[in-house]
Amino acid sequence: MPFLSAPSLTHYLVLGAVLFAIAVVGIFLNRRNVIILLMAIELMLLAVNLNFIAFSREFGDMAGQVFVFFILTVAAAESAIGLAILVLLFRNVGSIDVEDLGNLRG
Amino acid sequence: MSFESLLFYVFAAILVFAALRVVTTRNPVHAALWLVLSFVTAAGLWLLLGAEFLAIALVLVYVGAVMVLFLFVVMMLDVNFDALRSRIRSHLPVAAVVGAVILAEMALLLVRATRGAGTPPPAAGENTRALGRLLYVDYVYPFEIAAVILLVAIVAAIALTHRRRRDTKHQDPGRQAKVKRADRVRLIDLRSGKP
Repeated sequence: MPFLSAPSLTHYLVLGAVLFAIAVVGIFLNRRNVIILLMAIELMLLAVNLNFIAFSREFGDMAGQVFVFFILTVAAAESAIGLAILVLLFRNVGSIDVEDLGNLRG
Repeated sequence: MSFESLLFYVFAAILVFAALRVVTTRNPVHAALWLVLSFVTAAGLWLLLGAEFLAIALVLVYVGAVMVLFLFVVMMLDVNFDALRSRIRSHLPVAAVVGAVILAEMALLLVRATRGAGTPPPAAGENTRALGRLLYVDYVYPFEIAAVILLVAIVAAIALTHRRRRDTKHQDPGRQAKVKRADRVRLIDLRSGKP
């Protein structure tokens, strides 16, 4: 396969894989900052959505795009609730460092 | 190289660079802005793939709403972000190894498993109509559930962050309804006496 050929399914899947790996690296890099962790999760969901749409185009099946629609909905709800919990956490604990959040540890 | 493939490579390069900056930048406000750039670029890629409705929804919902929410939260919290990044150097080797392993696994799967079929041409301009028909006919029940999920998210976010203020005057309907006559009116037996 020549490197700069016309974009096929494989190109989009590789791009999604690279994006997902970057998000995983981001989670490991910013292990203490919850806001960046949430952003990395958004990046992961973006990579998954890219895969869904690429497969939907490849197989000519619109159901993949419907799935992306639902993922967008759930991701929006997730980030809204996550940020609300974050605000509450900062108000009560005074920090968003993951290592300060060991209250439930037995 | 056609215009479409040129667009793909430009968008892919911008997307990967923006994603890298999201996870490596020092300032969380900058991270949110780089995330905005990556979402917009991904919307461009989705347009290339013929998913017009989802591309526009991504820009409207994510860039317009969710990222503004992120920026609000980042600016609202008074956090010393430099202290959070103090040990980021020590996390770098683990992160690099894990990222390389995941990328290698996925690349291995892709090299072995992709089939060599041609892509069917996307129906031009019909994307939104087809998606709407699918959503409101075949997937109407999951669609309703998604609406309920959004409602739950709204209620949960407000219920979590709502703070009752002490200095406002408000009425308590329960106490209002429980009031008896004796709580309000006191009859005093006054005798009319001689002066």
